[in-house]
Amino acid sequence: MGSLNIEPNVVAPDDFYQALIDLHRDLSDEQSELVNARLILLLANHIGDLDVLREAMRRAREGIEDI
Amino acid sequence: MGTDLFAYRKAPELTSGQPGRYRVMVIGAGPVGLCAAIDLAMQGVACVLVDEEAALSEGSRAICFSKRTLEILDRLGCSERAVSRGVVWNHGKVFLRDRLLYAFDLLAESGHKHPAFINLQQFHLEQFLIERLLETGGVDARWRNRVVGIEPRDDNVTVEIETPDGRYSFTCEYVIVADGARSAVRKMLGLETQGQVFRDRFLIADVKMEAEFPTERWFWFDPPFHPKQSALLHRQADNVWRIDFQLGWEANPDEERKPERVIPRIQAMLGADHPFTLEWVSVYTFQCRRMEKFRHGRVIFAGDAAHQVSPFGARGANGGIQDVDNLIWKLVRVLSHKASPSLLDSYDAERIPAADENILNSTRSTDFITPKSRVSRTFRDATLQLAQAHPFARKLVNSGRLSTPHTYTSTPLSTPDREAFAGRLLPGAPAADAPLNSANGSTWLLEQLGDEFVGLYFAGTHAPDEHLCSRLRGLANLPESVRPVVICATGYAAAWSAAGFSAFDDAQGIAAERYGAEADTLYLIRPDQHVAARWRHFDLRAARDAVQRATGNLTPEFAAWEA
Repeated sequence: MGSLNIEPNVVAPDDFYQALIDLHRDLSDEQSELVNARLILLLANHIGDLDVLREAMRRAREGIEDI
Repeated sequence: MGTDLFAYRKAPELTSGQPGRYRVMVIGAGPVGLCAAIDLAMQGVACVLVDEEAALSEGSRAICFSKRTLEILDRLGCSERAVSRGVVWNHGKVFLRDRLLYAFDLLAESGHKHPAFINLQQFHLEQFLIERLLETGGVDARWRNRVVGIEPRDDNVTVEIETPDGRYSFTCEYVIVADGARSAVRKMLGLETQGQVFRDRFLIADVKMEAEFPTERWFWFDPPFHPKQSALLHRQADNVWRIDFQLGWEANPDEERKPERVIPRIQAMLGADHPFTLEWVSVYTFQCRRMEKFRHGRVIFAGDAAHQVSPFGARGANGGIQDVDNLIWKLVRVLSHKASPSLLDSYDAERIPAADENILNSTRSTDFITPKSRVSRTFRDATLQLAQAHPFARKLVNSGRLSTPHTYTSTPLSTPDREAFAGRLLPGAPAADAPLNSANGSTWLLEQLGDEFVGLYFAGTHAPDEHLCSRLRGLANLPESVRPVVICATGYAAAWSAAGFSAFDDAQGIAAERYGAEADTLYLIRPDQHVAARWRHFDLRAARDAVQRATGNLTPEFAAWEA
């Protein structure tokens, strides 16, 4: 059973962020939604640990209805 | 077909004015009610079975029967005809548009008498069950007898019945209600089911054709012949194929079931070179819901009357047959005063979690096949798109998680393990089958269990010495008799047989492996062939307590004293 790492872990954060934005270039909103969904599924499988995934989902959703 | 199966007779109560003499009434002659009546008759409780119809069900309806169901049918004496008439299948394919996403193999484990699944039209199974029921001679089957009223009391139940010759009332001790999803009896008692209705419609068609399609379950998402929806093709007996088309909530059911609408859909699916005839068509919606509890005093609900699931996963009829498999041995003991009526509460304790497991699996399949929101459709489509090239995503694709028997993990009837065991046969699990040998040839472990409590003793290479034999014979003299069955290392069964035991060689070692057994291991198996308790070393006193617990006769005071 692991826990979600919320400390910096990506080696080159600016490169990662740019890659994430570039990933969606020239896509329609619908295509982008699909790409995001595929990305989540691929990363979730890589993580594998359901406790970590649940913790990430909880944090992702936290406070969203107040925004 | 077999009209004499349904011979109508004027109810004797209408002629004599005498009250009915049966202690149990079963309402509904579908697969669940028929299994209940046969089981009662075989265990020595004659019963009356009433059904408002006098015919087999129309169309294929339930088609997919699981290994556990076949094992139950075997105990009831009618699995052979079902298996030989049915279609055995192990493989399936899942398609997205015109591409094969992946193929699967149920990987049926060898060393079981029955296959993982057979496909067989429900009406065939009903016919075999009615024939078996007539053979038992212990069931008074009353066709065209419709229940129009029911009055449960503390010590009995009166049922009001309408027949072509008029009305009569019948008083009995217990009523088993298996009158289906739209249960009239449930409504009469003002009892509800709670759960979800799915906003989708499906067209279901039975098509007869000579086709070279393999005996596999084929499921399409968004196929070219039926864009944006799903479709299913699965073979049944008699060269009949089940075809399902998802239609969406807006479809008009009356229009969609017209042959001029159905036939072009099927032609588009099969291609022009497959002549076929349409045997049966229906448009359905489905629900995943259950009653809050299944036992209401002396009225006990089973099958679709108690709980409903979507058809994806074959969990309807299989779950219902397992309900009555669980119920009947308990009811038989309550009627013969070997157990208190509170034993029947364990039916709820065991079958409600089983229903919930079926509902959970069925709901998840339905959510995948019919996504309820834009984002859930996006994830569904993303999963399908990844599945062809990414093995992990195939595990997420859900076109139905096929029925497996429930393990009663939190039942009060099980005795918890005190020692470690390898393998899956936790207390509460259905006993595993295995091939065995005896002097009379090869046989199967489950065939040795019958419908009583069995003490499955793994003797290994132990010889039947006098002390051990005497303790094993002691099982039969417990408050609830336990029949010993001895499983031996190869070559040792003959000596045990000579000592008067049912004894078998575990020639391939499969039984010992599946039960995680070593020499002197004892399993206590319930009459419904679920494990009640197990020990590394046979102790008659522990076996006595476990069988008392499994029949609800181990009082809390007694348990406290034991501790």
